[in-house]
Amino acid sequence: MTTIAPPDVIDELLGVTPGSAIDELRARRPVTRANAQASYDALFTPEFPGTVSAVERFAVAAFVTGLHASGVTQQYYAEQLANAATAPVAAPSARALPQAVAAEVAAVLATGRASGPYGAYPAGPLSVEDTDGLRYRVAPERRDVLGVRLAAALEHAHLLVFRPREASPAALQALLDAGWSTSDIVTLSQLVAFLTFQIRVVAGLELLS
Amino acid sequence: MTTPAQAAAAASETIVGATTDTVERVIEHPELDRPVVFTQAELGWVPWLEPLPESEFEERHWEGLVDASRAKSPYFALLARDPEILGARTRTDKDIFYNAKEGLPRAERELAATATSRHNGCIFCASVHSRFASHHSKRSDDVQRLLDEGTDAALDPRWRAIVDASVALASTPVALTAGHVAELRAQGLDELEIADVIHGAAFFSWANRLMLSLGEPEAPQG
Repeated sequence: MTTIAPPDVIDELLGVTPGSAIDELRARRPVTRANAQASYDALFTPEFPGTVSAVERFAVAAFVTGLHASGVTQQYYAEQLANAATAPVAAPSARALPQAVAAEVAAVLATGRASGPYGAYPAGPLSVEDTDGLRYRVAPERRDVLGVRLAAALEHAHLLVFRPREASPAALQALLDAGWSTSDIVTLSQLVAFLTFQIRVVAGLELLS
Repeated sequence: MTTPAQAAAAASETIVGATTDTVERVIEHPELDRPVVFTQAELGWVPWLEPLPESEFEERHWEGLVDASRAKSPYFALLARDPEILGARTRTDKDIFYNAKEGLPRAERELAATATSRHNGCIFCASVHSRFASHHSKRSDDVQRLLDEGTDAALDPRWRAIVDASVALASTPVALTAGHVAELRAQGLDELEIADVIHGAAFFSWANRLMLSLGEPEAPQG
């Protein structure tokens, strides 16, 4: 017996069909399967969205999955962003976002410095393990299109993806200064961090299928 | 004469200005005694943003905590600001690590969590899960070597395969290959056990980023 119950985004990304090996494997962990999807729902179709818009959520997701060059997952969130950006509730200026986010991803990958994790430890014995890498800033010519809030979010998302050990109060203050509230930052942090999980579950299970 | 564009700019500046007046501030801990090495000792953790005060908890916040006692933890009380994702995160976590009726032994799920945390540089997460790995495996020396020397430290072939797969999966871009999976199979792991390694390392890719970016660890007192 299988428990496949669409919509399940991880199943969709893996192309899982009922009764397949991955379906049966995931069916042995029904709580994990259900709560991975509940996590997606809480972040991308929230009952209480607070002050983080759908366009912001999918723009950050398209960026994070793009930074991972994560194939089918990246394509999924790029499509979701395109849909959110052209939805009737979206601001007309959102229409430029899919292209701007894609351009930011391309700019990071073009540096050839998109392998992580890297960064510095707190000064001490671990400093011998410090590794240097890109400290990303949004391209000046795209700041206007992205807006202050989203530009700050992309810079923070890059920090979380590639050099989480360099996180700092100053990085959070930059988000507060850009108009993200404390609760917004919790949502943003969960969204980026969850995607690093979802990308890896998909990439890992793909090798088992 | 004000053009519509100027009016819009002025209006948006007013909004930005109003936001700036009430802008929230991070919490800094200038006197904190910070751990500077990986350790199995019990560490504290202090937040950089204000946790949700218990007086502001509504039903959905208690539900998001899953265990009500977690309201006393600054980490969970901060995450409770978005309770729906906290609840789903916590249930995912508990099932991946504690549902041990079948699949990978607890010790090796904790090993995957420890290796991922060591790779990402999360001193706090590594401290908790290395203690759990030692407790369940009774191999504290091996676990300590992993903390001291890093994920390349000498280990037996089975732990080597689990650590290598976890590190490859935790890397960006993901570097896990069919070769890692073949090595896990060669070390006797079946498909469900390999899926448990994948979920353990994937979950700590999530957990490390929250722990590292919303606050910081504090060295043991005394």
